[in-house]
Amino acid sequence: MVPEALFFSALLFVIGVVGVLTRRNAIIIFMCVELMLNAVNLSFIALSRLYGASGQVFVIFVMAVAAAESAVGLAIIIAIFRHHETVDLKNINLLKG
Amino acid sequence: MQYGFLYQFFFYLFGVIGVASAITFVTRKNPVAAALWLVNTMFCLAALYIMMDAQFVGAVQVLVYAGAIMVVFLFVVMLLNLGQPSAAADIKGTGARIAAGVAGLVLVAELLVLARQKLPPLLPDLPRGTNITVPITEPLFRQYLLPFELTSILLLVAIVGAVVLAKRRG
Repeated sequence: MVPEALFFSALLFVIGVVGVLTRRNAIIIFMCVELMLNAVNLSFIALSRLYGASGQVFVIFVMAVAAAESAVGLAIIIAIFRHHETVDLKNINLLKG
Repeated sequence: MQYGFLYQFFFYLFGVIGVASAITFVTRKNPVAAALWLVNTMFCLAALYIMMDAQFVGAVQVLVYAGAIMVVFLFVVMLLNLGQPSAAADIKGTGARIAAGVAGLVLVAELLVLARQKLPPLLPDLPRGTNITVPITEPLFRQYLLPFELTSILLLVAIVGAVVLAKRRG
């Protein structure tokens, strides 16, 4: 059960990484980050079956931080949209040399 | 393995559905469809949590992730009127594809390492009739009390920051 869960967790994490690397829509990239956080949560839960309930406590913390992060990140995306009228990362290249 | 066939079957079923939904999520062009597939992944993960004796975390997963965070995402998609797939191709060029391929190779290496790992034996299941919140809340309110309080401050700061950032100046 635990190795399978770690296997699914690795798969989900890499799917999230691939999404962050290949997509251009800022909102979808943000959702991919959430997917990666979820994959790590799955590892925590699986390993808490072996090492005790501290892993579950950590998952609660990760969820709280993810909620805060999504609130602030989406507010930033709204601010960027007001400025550029787009969330396509191709057009948001102020720091590009 | 002390778990029966049905347990194994449903464990694999939810895992495979979750991974398939995640792949569908990454490949959708429409942000709303992508968000709904991600919700599906999160429900499957909640089922896996419950099957691994983390019932409270499973419930919180449904409430917080599938319920709150994804609703915020969909709300922003609606607010910015991004419901239609963008006209330009939403996929980056070759450089990003090569980087994604490297990520896939890292996955293969990771799985090979994982396959030859010796894990310690499972802890015993929770006895029938235990309060499922007790194993979490005991360490949460004793050992991890300070991080817990810091999390509440973090959430407060995030609320204030989100309002300040998203408010229309004028």
